[in-house]
Amino acid sequence: MEGRILVEGDATGPALVLDEPLSFWGGLDPATGEIVEANHPQRGSVVTGTILVMRSGRGSSSSATVLAEAIRARTAPAGIILGAPDDIIVIGALVAAELYGVSIPVVVASPTTLGTIRNGEEVSLPP
Amino acid sequence: MTPALEPGDRALLDGERGRGAALAMRLVVRMAEVARAPRLRDITQAHIDSCLYHGQVGLDFAERLLAGGATASIPATLNVSSLDLLHPELVRLDDDTRDRASRLMEAYVQMGCRPTWTCAPYQLPDRPAIGEHVAWAESNAIVFANSVLGARTNRYGDFIDICAAITGRVPDSGLHTDEGRRASVRFRMRGVREGLLDYDLLYPVLGHLLGRRGGSQVVAIEGLPPDTSEDRLKAVGAAAASSGAVALFHAIGVTPEASDAGTVLAQGSREEVITLADLRAARDELSRVPDGAEIGAVSVGTPHASEAELRRLADLVEADRPRIPFYVNTGRAQLAGVGSIADDLADAGVIVVTDTCTYITPVMQDLAGPVMTDSGKWAWYAPSSLGFEVALGSLEECVRSAAAGRVVRHETIWGS
Repeated sequence: MEGRILVEGDATGPALVLDEPLSFWGGLDPATGEIVEANHPQRGSVVTGTILVMRSGRGSSSSATVLAEAIRARTAPAGIILGAPDDIIVIGALVAAELYGVSIPVVVASPTTLGTIRNGEEVSLPP
Repeated sequence: MTPALEPGDRALLDGERGRGAALAMRLVVRMAEVARAPRLRDITQAHIDSCLYHGQVGLDFAERLLAGGATASIPATLNVSSLDLLHPELVRLDDDTRDRASRLMEAYVQMGCRPTWTCAPYQLPDRPAIGEHVAWAESNAIVFANSVLGARTNRYGDFIDICAAITGRVPDSGLHTDEGRRASVRFRMRGVREGLLDYDLLYPVLGHLLGRRGGSQVVAIEGLPPDTSEDRLKAVGAAAASSGAVALFHAIGVTPEASDAGTVLAQGSREEVITLADLRAARDELSRVPDGAEIGAVSVGTPHASEAELRRLADLVEADRPRIPFYVNTGRAQLAGVGSIADDLADAGVIVVTDTCTYITPVMQDLAGPVMTDSGKWAWYAPSSLGFEVALGSLEECVRSAAAGRVVRHETIWGS
């Protein structure tokens, strides 16, 4: 897999390939790592320890805090692969790294590459 | 790629203004690297979303900055929080969460931010002018600043908002640049009658559709009336920034940068058609409660009601008094701005919520049925954040429904 590293870190885990982007605020419960967005096709899935794969970010600027809170609470994905850079996700990961010394990698891959990742397959970051 | 830094930027990194400002500048520079920005640029003001409590991390960050002596170096306004300081009895949080939320708010005030507590800073007097570079967080404020004011801000999230306020600097990239503001997709409405264009509910529904189909792109929309009000454009943007990550839409012939299609479209932009059927489907996605069904409450004012919306609401409820709980969210400045209208609203039984919003903090509870709203944003988030079923209607339909205790809508306007 080829990709551009936005936030450094090492991670391995099963890919959780989202059919639709997820707004972490309102969409992810940082206490449990569960997707709770009412309209989301993968509602009920748990992101903890996965390599979360999504086309883009979505919605609220509070998502940065929710991601950082999930990293603090150890419920966050192990890493994130995006189809396009997303500042809100990146700043959430950077702040958690500054405060708690836990860095989860955030990587951007091309849409083609994104399409080749199968749900559940083991993925390691950095690519 | 490392951005070119000016001496002032380096001085901040080196701790000349303390450890807090150094941390803020370090994060700004990291974000510039991510954005591949060639340099940083000055901004004139910031709007801060980080003051809304979502967990320990928010306090840890704010208190790290404060302990490091950080203060805002440019004017900064504060977004909603989880508390209503003017009507504290309305918010039902446990004491511990209330205390933490309050500490977080206080930390941002201590850093020199103004306690405006509104998600609609564009309704305050000193809003930015066209072409002015700012750093705003809060998705609806971002899209309004870019689209309706023609100011320039990227989609700043929590944390970086206060870093921008402390340093007065942001990466010179994205929506701060001319190229970054061109639309890659142009939506044309087809078969949408004039009656629908004059119906308030069209606007959040259209916004929802733009968010669904536009994702995080800059979008252009053709076919809106040239005199479309700021409140209607607010509704478009708020919905588009909820179901999608839209930070700028150009309404051709309406918004300040979009005098004609040629000036805003990127080379190779594609075109998509929006039909009446698309709009109906978008409405039905947000509104899951059928006409005639009983409802338990109404909530309007997401984003915060403007003075014009408060006045209109007061007129409507005077004729049709609600018989179920009816909430309106607004900013304390807007409420002060309408003077005695605030009393008229209270006399008619409307519960006014300031400083926060009914979808982010527990205000409504023990409801006898679904909630009706005029907001695409509220309708998008409330089912997840509050677990409510939602009916979407125009402000007028919300008032009539609250008087009837059930959903009353003009179904024929959708041409069905």
